[in-house]
Amino acid sequence: MSAIQSGGTASISTERSKGTIAAAVVIGYGVLYGIRTLLGDGNGPFAQIFKTLYTVAVGVGFLVAFFGILYALASQLKEPWRERARVAVFVGPALILLIGGLIVPSVLTARLSLFTGSNTDKWYGLLNYKAMFTQRQNLLTLRNNVWWVILVTGFSTIVGITVARFADRMRGEPIAKALLFLPMAISMVGAGIIWRFVYANNPSKQYGLLNWIWVGLDPILPGKQEPHYWLQDTTFFGIKSDFLPGSNTVFMIIVLIWIQAGFATVIISAAIKGVPDDLVEAARIDGATDRQAFYKIVLPYVKTTVITVVTTITIAVLKVFDIVQAMGLGGAFENNVLANQMYTESFTKQNEGYGSAVAVVLFIAVVPVVWVNARNQKAMREARA
Amino acid sequence: MSDVEPAAMTVGGTVATAMVDDMQPRSPRDQTPTATKVTKKLTSPFGRAMVWLLALLWTVPTFGLFITSFRPEVDIKTTGWWTFFSNPTVTLENYKSVLDYTGGSGRPFSNYFWNSVAITVPGAIIPIVVAAFAAYALSWMKFPGRDAIFVGIVALMVVPLQMCLIPLLQFFTSGFSPLSGGIPQIWVAHTIFAMPLAIFLLRNFIGSLPSEVIEAARVDGASHMTIFTKLVLPLSVPAIASIAIFQFLWVWNDLLVAKVFGGGSKNAPMTSALIDMVGTKGNDWQLLTAGAFISMIVPLIVFLSLQRYFVRGLLAGSVKG
Repeated sequence: MSAIQSGGTASISTERSKGTIAAAVVIGYGVLYGIRTLLGDGNGPFAQIFKTLYTVAVGVGFLVAFFGILYALASQLKEPWRERARVAVFVGPALILLIGGLIVPSVLTARLSLFTGSNTDKWYGLLNYKAMFTQRQNLLTLRNNVWWVILVTGFSTIVGITVARFADRMRGEPIAKALLFLPMAISMVGAGIIWRFVYANNPSKQYGLLNWIWVGLDPILPGKQEPHYWLQDTTFFGIKSDFLPGSNTVFMIIVLIWIQAGFATVIISAAIKGVPDDLVEAARIDGATDRQAFYKIVLPYVKTTVITVVTTITIAVLKVFDIVQAMGLGGAFENNVLANQMYTESFTKQNEGYGSAVAVVLFIAVVPVVWVNARNQKAMREARA
Repeated sequence: MSDVEPAAMTVGGTVATAMVDDMQPRSPRDQTPTATKVTKKLTSPFGRAMVWLLALLWTVPTFGLFITSFRPEVDIKTTGWWTFFSNPTVTLENYKSVLDYTGGSGRPFSNYFWNSVAITVPGAIIPIVVAAFAAYALSWMKFPGRDAIFVGIVALMVVPLQMCLIPLLQFFTSGFSPLSGGIPQIWVAHTIFAMPLAIFLLRNFIGSLPSEVIEAARVDGASHMTIFTKLVLPLSVPAIASIAIFQFLWVWNDLLVAKVFGGGSKNAPMTSALIDMVGTKGNDWQLLTAGAFISMIVPLIVFLSLQRYFVRGLLAGSVKG
């Protein structure tokens, strides 16, 4: 912080205090660096905590020094260059990151998708894309992504609307909503482990919740209910079809519904609370039932919010990766998705050309959704103005 | 602070309005809740029962993991966690063994906890600082093409990060990169991917601060840096807090960016270590449950203590591609 302030408030801080601060920073850094070097690769508690703090301090310290020193240098210039240089210090780093980190790489990725080979230097035309839309395994991946989007978006939104409706102003509403929302806070890797445990199969002593319930239902349901490896079943509950997702995919989809439903609930619930009482009251006086009042008045009123929820979840689902990493056995059981395929092709199979093509397809899939969302948000703002 | 004019009272009530409002400067006076009469009840006994059933259903899996992480290994492997209540035996052994557990990498699991901290704290601070500087410039500094640049930045929200991974990694490993080592690479990657949304949100906020305040400071001879650090940043705390929490949880829970840019297990966060553990110790639930729970503690604390900011950040993030 001191570096920034000394750069800006030149009138207050004297040259001497600046020198003192600079010396303190240098000496302090030297001491920290010395201890860090002494600790080396040690794994004791002190070593770990110190190294963590050191890394954090270096990162944040560099950031502060970076802006502080550049701004101080810019301030040494004469007008009109001084003001121009200050603008550059403020906005330049962000622009460099955006151009160098987003725009240029995106163009390069689009270009890479037209090449193949281990060095990605062999011209391949559109053959990567052709492979994606003709080879069976790749088509199954696309199929899975479509089902992910339909099922997660659909069920999460339905759960969200249902809970938002019935929980509204009931006793314990915040607790119920928080319980539903909790999965949103944890990582998808953590969620994957939680659900792997639910689906676990240990034929001799059943500790997986789902198999325990499943086998427990045996006397009630027709047929024989035996312990099942849910995450390895490529049939849709016994039906083999190229158009239906395997059960293994369905059981991963459930995990993402579990994560996203809370998001839908919280957002739709906030919108429902904003519906004017008079509207509902007027419908009641006209003889509408609760059900009619909800579907004819409240739901249309929050339509734009529901669209926001649907588009946001759609984008999140298109990019799902962690869950398949945690539970999908590498996507080898006809249960792959695009983002996981992008990762494995690019970074484990060294097939960057194909990985890039998958990234481009993801990008093309996201654009219309973002466009709908943007238009929707614009309409919302205009309706408000 | 009290000079900030209250934002116009909202009449509509859609969420994005709530989001936009929350991301606008406002005074405490403005916080009166809109219309809360008891007449508009849409709930019913059946509906309430369904809500609680869903809430229960949503909690059971996490609860099972939590209980299991405290049960002795023998119990975990022979009985379901639901039998815990008839035969409660509690142990901390699982946590002890997972913290000391060294997989193929030879590093204890505790190491990855600290890696996660070292990745996440700067990974949340750096993007916000860089974005705040840019947002200030885009709001209060005059230069040609300013509005066009802002529109361009907003448009970049469309780009999924998958589009950038391969070329960025090629650059980092090319020898032209000024960065050495994995963790700073992860910071920079997270900074890049967070930039469009953070600039968009912060410019909306910083740009709507009252211009009289900023101009008065200019007239008094304050430099941009003074105005930025002494005036704009303190006034922007609500917006920064929301974005910071969102970004913190995003980085803490991230797997993809860390896996691509971390460069091996030395710099891997807990998410990555857990994935490896699933691969090698997939049925050692005494390790997996405790390990997963350790990785969840920090987000759960953040979530439970800062839920309001967390929800706001999520709402704000919903415009991203």
